[in-house]
Amino acid sequence: MRLTDLPLRQPAYVDLIDWNALSASDGQRLREFGLCEGASVEALHHGGLLGRGPIACKVGRMTVAMRRSHAAAITVRTGPQEEDA
Amino acid sequence: MTGLPLIALVGNPNAGKSALFNALTGARQKLGNYPGVTVERKAGRFSLSDGRPIELVDLPGTYSLNPASPDEQVTRDVILGKQAGERLPDALVVVVDASNLDNHLRFALELIALGLPTIVALNMVDLATRDGLELDANILSRELGVPVISTVAVRKRGLDHLRSELESMLDGGAGRVRPTGEQPDFEGLRKEARRIARAAVVRETPSRRMTAAVDRVLLHPVAGFLILLALLFVMFQAVFSWAAAPADLLEGWVTALGETITATLPPGVVHDFLLQGVIGGVGAVVVFLPQILILFFFILMLEATGYMARAAFLMDALMARVGLSGRAFIPLLSSFACAVPGIMATRTISDPKDRLTTILIAPLMTCSARLPVYGLIIAAFIPARSVGPGIGLQGLVLFLLYVSGIVGAMIAAWALRLTVTKGQSGGFLMEMPKYQWPRPQDIAIGLWQRAVIFLKRAGTIILLTNIILWVLASFPQAPAGVRQSEYSIAGRIAGGIHLLVEPIGFNRDISLALLPSMAAREVAVSAIATVYAIDAGDDEDALNRTLGERLQGRWSLATALAFLAWFVFAPQCISTIAVTRRETNGWKWPMFMMGYLFVLAYAAAGITYWAAVAAGLG
Ligand SMILES: Nc1nc2c(ncn2[C@@H]2O[C@H](COP(=O)(O)OP(=O)(O)O)[C@@H](O)[C@H]2O)c(=O)[nH]1
Ligand SMILES: [Mg+2]
Repeated sequence: MRLTDLPLRQPAYVDLIDWNALSASDGQRLREFGLCEGASVEALHHGGLLGRGPIACKVGRMTVAMRRSHAAAITVRTGPQEEDA
Repeated sequence: MTGLPLIALVGNPNAGKSALFNALTGARQKLGNYPGVTVERKAGRFSLSDGRPIELVDLPGTYSLNPASPDEQVTRDVILGKQAGERLPDALVVVVDASNLDNHLRFALELIALGLPTIVALNMVDLATRDGLELDANILSRELGVPVISTVAVRKRGLDHLRSELESMLDGGAGRVRPTGEQPDFEGLRKEARRIARAAVVRETPSRRMTAAVDRVLLHPVAGFLILLALLFVMFQAVFSWAAAPADLLEGWVTALGETITATLPPGVVHDFLLQGVIGGVGAVVVFLPQILILFFFILMLEATGYMARAAFLMDALMARVGLSGRAFIPLLSSFACAVPGIMATRTISDPKDRLTTILIAPLMTCSARLPVYGLIIAAFIPARSVGPGIGLQGLVLFLLYVSGIVGAMIAAWALRLTVTKGQSGGFLMEMPKYQWPRPQDIAIGLWQRAVIFLKRAGTIILLTNIILWVLASFPQAPAGVRQSEYSIAGRIAGGIHLLVEPIGFNRDISLALLPSMAAREVAVSAIATVYAIDAGDDEDALNRTLGERLQGRWSLATALAFLAWFVFAPQCISTIAVTRRETNGWKWPMFMMGYLFVLAYAAAGITYWAAVAAGLG
């Protein structure tokens, strides 16, 4: 499922990131935030009054905010996986 | 440039570089600029334990050596020895956040691989402990091949150890990794960082996640938004209610000073000049110091606690509607204090069009220099009534003025995004720092710096403008029966301006104040005060009335409201124009900014005036 559909506070890990859907600079920033295949993620908050705002998620030990368009490029799987990508 | 050994602080944003910089250098800091770019160079000095002086630079935070903004470019160039105006550092202190090692170590590895002598400061160990994480600095040091020192920058812990380690490093030896020549790829660095971070963990208990619990409330789509609004509202109420007592005190001192002058100096030009031009003008501005400090207090607190990033998150959806990102909210909120630091803070916005739009609308945020103007008019014309529990009418009007600025800014951004800054919006990606209790010293230092800046302004630009105004308004001397403020040179110039602004309800007093207040908005208040003081002459009764009371006698409510509306939009500040020119590299955008803001100001004042007259307030 996409990160946009991930229920809040459900531990998951990144399955696949569609780097082509992201601009080069956004892709790089996401990488620098530690987003990569296998990274653990947890959606924490959806912003915006109608839920169309950005998404705050925990990536490793960091909290990161991104727009839904970014989150839509990230496919996740639920369940705690001892990632070792 | 000095010949001292140069040490650079590098690391991710929020790792604590600036805190460490402050802890090491104390008051011995110097702010400057790198040539050609508008990035601030923050340098200072400290001594090693043997007394040897060292120069330290605090570089802008960045996540890798792949820059995404002008700030980050400077960091990269300094470290690679390519930055004009900076020599290659003799050593690096890489600051990493102990509670976010995976991420910060990746950049640290990248830096260590450059081959400069390097020490890693394992900072924020106190926060890591709070999160249930215990790390072994020795293991880290072994794995990284460079010395690792545990520090708590804000408690000055680990500094002596850091100094002695730097000392032995500069004496030759430790800390240098022989460069392998090949630049490791991103993935490789990431995996290596992970492995090392894992190896260094001695114990890890599930963290208590205080930040996550607080965020559940503060980032809640409805509650969080209401809290943000409430916070802003309390801030503006406080500006009025908390400031009353200290402002009265200051006012008392200013009056006493004036009386001393009257008592000691013989009547004449010198006496009049000091009383009307200096005390009357500058004094009228200085009494707003408490209000300005209260406003800065709130903004410094919001920043230091980590709330600012949350506000950006909450605002992103709204900002996206007008083609901006939530990130723009931070410079815009700072612009409530002053547009100059606000415009400089737009450097963290990487998208050039997002950034330009943010710069162009920043002056619409009600800066603290408007407070003296708003404060004077509101106190004179809006009754101090309560309109609900804890809500004063004056605070409410002030709040509405701020809201008008914000709404105006949003409409302007939307229009700009469709025209002059057309294009794809840059998106919103941002780290949310952990919540922290701010340290009282940091807030106190911030407030102190603001107070000094404000008083310097009052003592220089405001004083100077006022002196010129006093001369122009005092001569030539009016014959009996004619008002001095109309007969003088200034009065005649104002007469010309008056023709332009009469349709929007501005009287001659305002016309006279408009020109000098181009220098700085507060001058509007000091200018009116000076002119009234001159008009009053030696008339005891007139002199004893406050400025507000005199205004009530001469302005209609409709005029006062139109004047307020003008100041919501008018770009009356030389410093803002100058910083816009610097940040946009030319005159095109500052000219554009002045043009569109004056048009808006004229329209807003006109509409307000005509509506008020129609409502019978003229
Ligand atoms: N608890 C704790 N807070 C710290 C420490 N070092 C820095 N901070 C705080 O972390 C925040 C970010 O620090 P700052 O120096 O601005 O980070 P920079 O972006 O690297 O310059 C500030 O609120 C600091 O007060 C530390 O060792 N312990
Ligand atoms: Mg800093």
